[in-house]
Amino acid sequence: MNETANLPELDDDPYSAENLIDPYPMHERMREAGPVVKLTPYPSLVACARHEQVHAVFNDHATFISGAGVGLSNFNLETPFRPKSLILEADPPLHTQTRAVLSRILSPKAVMQIRATFTAVAEQMVERCVEKGRICGIHDLAQIYPLKVFPDAVGVEDDGRENLLVYGDLIFNSMGPRNALLARAAERMGPVTDWIMTHCRREHLRPGGFGDQIYQAADAGEISHEQAPLLVRSFLSAGVDTTINGLGNALFALAHHPGQYAKLHADPALARPAFEEALRWESTAQTFYRTAVRDCKIAGLPVAENTKILCMLASANRDPRRWPEPDRYDIERRPSGHVAFGAGIHGCVGQAVARLEGEVVLAAIAKRVRRIEVAAPHTRRLNNTLRALDTLPLNLIAA
Amino acid sequence: MPDITFILADGSERGLEAPEGVSVMAAATGAGVPGIVAECGGSAMCATCHVYVDEAWAHRLPAPLANELEMLECTAAERLPTSRLSCQLKLTAALQGLVVRIPDRQQ
Repeated sequence: MNETANLPELDDDPYSAENLIDPYPMHERMREAGPVVKLTPYPSLVACARHEQVHAVFNDHATFISGAGVGLSNFNLETPFRPKSLILEADPPLHTQTRAVLSRILSPKAVMQIRATFTAVAEQMVERCVEKGRICGIHDLAQIYPLKVFPDAVGVEDDGRENLLVYGDLIFNSMGPRNALLARAAERMGPVTDWIMTHCRREHLRPGGFGDQIYQAADAGEISHEQAPLLVRSFLSAGVDTTINGLGNALFALAHHPGQYAKLHADPALARPAFEEALRWESTAQTFYRTAVRDCKIAGLPVAENTKILCMLASANRDPRRWPEPDRYDIERRPSGHVAFGAGIHGCVGQAVARLEGEVVLAAIAKRVRRIEVAAPHTRRLNNTLRALDTLPLNLIAA
Repeated sequence: MPDITFILADGSERGLEAPEGVSVMAAATGAGVPGIVAECGGSAMCATCHVYVDEAWAHRLPAPLANELEMLECTAAERLPTSRLSCQLKLTAALQGLVVRIPDRQQ
């Protein structure tokens, strides 16, 4: 019965404060222990921390499903705390249908249409930061920029957008265990769920925005009108906290690597690869799960039906089997194949928008800022899934 | 180990051997072939691994799926009837000798 008994077992808890603050030593222990490992505190799961297996699991969506949840909780055994996502927590054929709609709305071609606006807002916000000189990289830039441009593009009104931060924090905490982080995030929810679901309704969405385009797809019969608000909800849960921390982590990387920043300042065209490398080096979404739909094997090792599989994205992105000098932040690296956006059919559908945000903010900084200095130690906001900063005090030295 | 030939944007040729089962994109990025950006890493999400398949080969490849067709509308260089995303082309023994041309830009 217990076929996984022979897997290497570690007593690490990926959700302990110590490991959330500095996950990299644990990642190395897990990678070196084997391609598939067990973790004593969570006997119901197996974990993959190497790039090859994470990539393989994500690319075999028929065996490793998402419909039983992409967090620790197994929806085959527990009721999800919210109605299941029609894309993140769905499998083909439902997923194929909803994904096609979102994929078209967020395609590289569609993203070209928002580029000028996103660039102008980035330049204005960076200009204000340069005038201040001493800033908090999170509150003065990484948080306010996505909170402005993305809900604008979706077509959400201005008032109450801070609710999106509370919602994102809960969603990403909910993919871990029922620990104190989740309890605290849930306490803050209060009326936020109502606000979110209200703002997923068509009458609250600006005509022509990404949200309204979901309803247009429903009008066209591609999806049902009942599905439309839940797909708008996916924009609101997946599109804000992720990019906030992607930008925050990129600022952190550049502030701590002045040599790399000097290259970016000298050639602002490196903004896009600098953001990409930051995603690899300090991955925003640290982990996602899949569920084995049948008895199967990973790297030749048996995995029993209904086992949750913890895929360590951030660890895969620093696997020395895949990346030379993986701990080095190098903006001239070509990090194609990193799994910060996942991979396969569930690869982040909003990645073109995320890259646009990262590129235009870093390009605006590169043009206006000669040097970024760490002004004081940063503080972290611990989250079960996201690598997140609470504060990032910086001095921007104008060019 | 099928051989593939890439014709680069400047007209020069680059040949390489790659194991069966990997994508043309992965073979190219693994060998550092210039002009294949492959930002999304192979999820058919970015259209930056666009190639033109040599006419002699175009009809011998499996037809593109819906997600690839959607993304082919987003290529930076002109889309031609032979346009494909190289991340969606898996190398098999039947593709021994495949020739693809790399467009002059991906973004």
